[in-house]
Amino acid sequence: MTTKKATNRLLLQGNEAIVEGALAAGCRFFAGYPITPASEISEVLSVRLPQEGGIFIQLEDEIASMGAIIGASLTGLKSMTATSSPGFSLMQENLGFACITEVPCVVVNVMRAGPSTGLPTRPSQGDVMQAKWGTHGDHPIIVLAVSSVRDCFDITITAFNFSEKYRVPVIILSDEMVSHTREIVTLPSAKEIEIINRHTPTMPPEWYIPYEDNSMGVPSMAAFGDGYRHHVTGLIHDIRGFPTQNPDEIKAFMERLFRKIAVGFSEIQLTKSFFLDDAEVAIIAYGSVARFARQAVREARENGIKAGLLQLITLFPFPTPVVKKVLKRCKAILVPEMNLGQIWTEVSMVSEDNSKLHQYNRIDGQSITPQEILNQLIAINESD
Amino acid sequence: MPEEITTLIHKYLRHDKKFPHVWCPGCGNGIVLGSIIRAIDKLGLEKDNIVLVSGIGCSGRMPVYVDVNTLHTTHGRALTFATGVKLAKPSLNVIVVMGDGDATAIGGNHFIHAARRNINLTAIIINNHIYGMTGGQHSPTTPYGNYASTSPYSNIEHSFDIAELAVTSGASFVGRGTVYHVQLLAGLMEKAIQKRGFSVVEVRANCHVQFGRRNNMSDAVTMMQWFKDNAIKIENAAKMTPKELEDKFTIGILTDIHKPIYTQEYEKILQKAQLRKETKK
Repeated sequence: MTTKKATNRLLLQGNEAIVEGALAAGCRFFAGYPITPASEISEVLSVRLPQEGGIFIQLEDEIASMGAIIGASLTGLKSMTATSSPGFSLMQENLGFACITEVPCVVVNVMRAGPSTGLPTRPSQGDVMQAKWGTHGDHPIIVLAVSSVRDCFDITITAFNFSEKYRVPVIILSDEMVSHTREIVTLPSAKEIEIINRHTPTMPPEWYIPYEDNSMGVPSMAAFGDGYRHHVTGLIHDIRGFPTQNPDEIKAFMERLFRKIAVGFSEIQLTKSFFLDDAEVAIIAYGSVARFARQAVREARENGIKAGLLQLITLFPFPTPVVKKVLKRCKAILVPEMNLGQIWTEVSMVSEDNSKLHQYNRIDGQSITPQEILNQLIAINESD
Repeated sequence: MPEEITTLIHKYLRHDKKFPHVWCPGCGNGIVLGSIIRAIDKLGLEKDNIVLVSGIGCSGRMPVYVDVNTLHTTHGRALTFATGVKLAKPSLNVIVVMGDGDATAIGGNHFIHAARRNINLTAIIINNHIYGMTGGQHSPTTPYGNYASTSPYSNIEHSFDIAELAVTSGASFVGRGTVYHVQLLAGLMEKAIQKRGFSVVEVRANCHVQFGRRNNMSDAVTMMQWFKDNAIKIENAAKMTPKELEDKFTIGILTDIHKPIYTQEYEKILQKAQLRKETKK
């Protein structure tokens, strides 16, 4: 835990705030590979982690970084890596390993425009679907999006908490705008921060069944070296952790992986609402775009348009109930994104009337400005 | 079965694991497993303090049978996971078992960097010159001119010398043995596990089913004979001419050096970081 004074006013950029959040959450292991625009996270942690007695290591690539944080987490340390879109592609293989072995870890992806090397290093939101489906096979995963420097601090702590509580990798999607914006933030003191740690076994080792189901669907997790010798494998396994081809065991295992996220869904779905109570036109946005959308909503209201904003923090599991409510209540919905509609697709899947939905997309490496969103709101308002 | 062997089996193998194992009759992997267990037993390591890590392939299935902390990772990535385990808890003895394709094809980059970095890990590479589990495709150690399921007209690539690769990459200890020379092998395992720093044991092992069958060595005994005829002890090789050493390989200890170990060096980093933190206050 970082020792902080009661008033903690700092000038930070988004990447630095992610570091502060990680340290406050108890992260003590980081492995990474240099990539812009995520490098500051590595650089600052290379100074800060050893000061907290933690481990920082730069590895040969992103594949190794992802493997190492899983290995460290298996010994009981809270672990994280950070990268940008091309590196995130490389992490997908071992990210799947963390999903199937239920190893808590946090992966920060500061998105840049793609595909491939894409636009170094212009902002983008092109990895929304990669975050959900990047690794092969059906798997549950939690994806959170940050929109401001303060968000970077808070959401990183939330990411660690979710990861520990549900034994699932958590992806933080940032973008170049959020990560390189500097602003003054007042961070909470350690006392004000809720920290959740993974459940560890207390029974005698001979009674320990590593993947035994319970009401939460989250088995307790023993650390290597603590006397609970057990097997960890990327093969689908039975409750003792041994590979299985038995359809009943496979089904039970896969269902539990999804059930644990379903059980926690109400606390996992994080959103923020602005002026939604009487809104006729609602924006659904996330990341840096959500912040610009907020400004657009204010200006739209000054122009007599009853606009509102639903900011998604949790992108996956998709916060369907909250989105549905907004869809039902509002006459028109605008989904602005720095991609070709990755969240719009999710919105349209839960919408009963797609004629209400409007898209605004940029994929030219430029961020979406408040003025552009305002123009869209005005156009939508006039067409109604 | 001699009592010594049954005692080791009872002590180190998992009784609740679904035996029989996945390996073919006569497979060399069992001999490698036996050597590892004998070395662990001789060194008196606590089972709770051992982590046995593997990648993917026939060798990858080894940890599941052993009653220690076991980690069966992704193809080629075993060393990356082991790096995380060892750095996070340096008191653990971390032993990594890989195959030739696992360690030097898909995992080649991790292998050379682990050797360079000199983290206190033991890497055991079972080199059977083939991808066995997937059906006998040629690997980076399939000899030039040999046959494999994906080199039906003969292999035109040149093979890696894994032990030499480890030496060049900076490993602190490198040994090579075969599944025929079992006593030498157990000794190499012992020294490698004891070694402070990155240690490597390359084990030439028989896959008569996938490799031997396509190269006129279709049973385990013929392959054992191949190892017997072609392995030259390093001390004897020094006295032989290059002509005599053609198509042969050396066994024994290739290198045993001392250089700073990552985990020890990291202790110094922690102290420096503390100092900077305190002076900043």
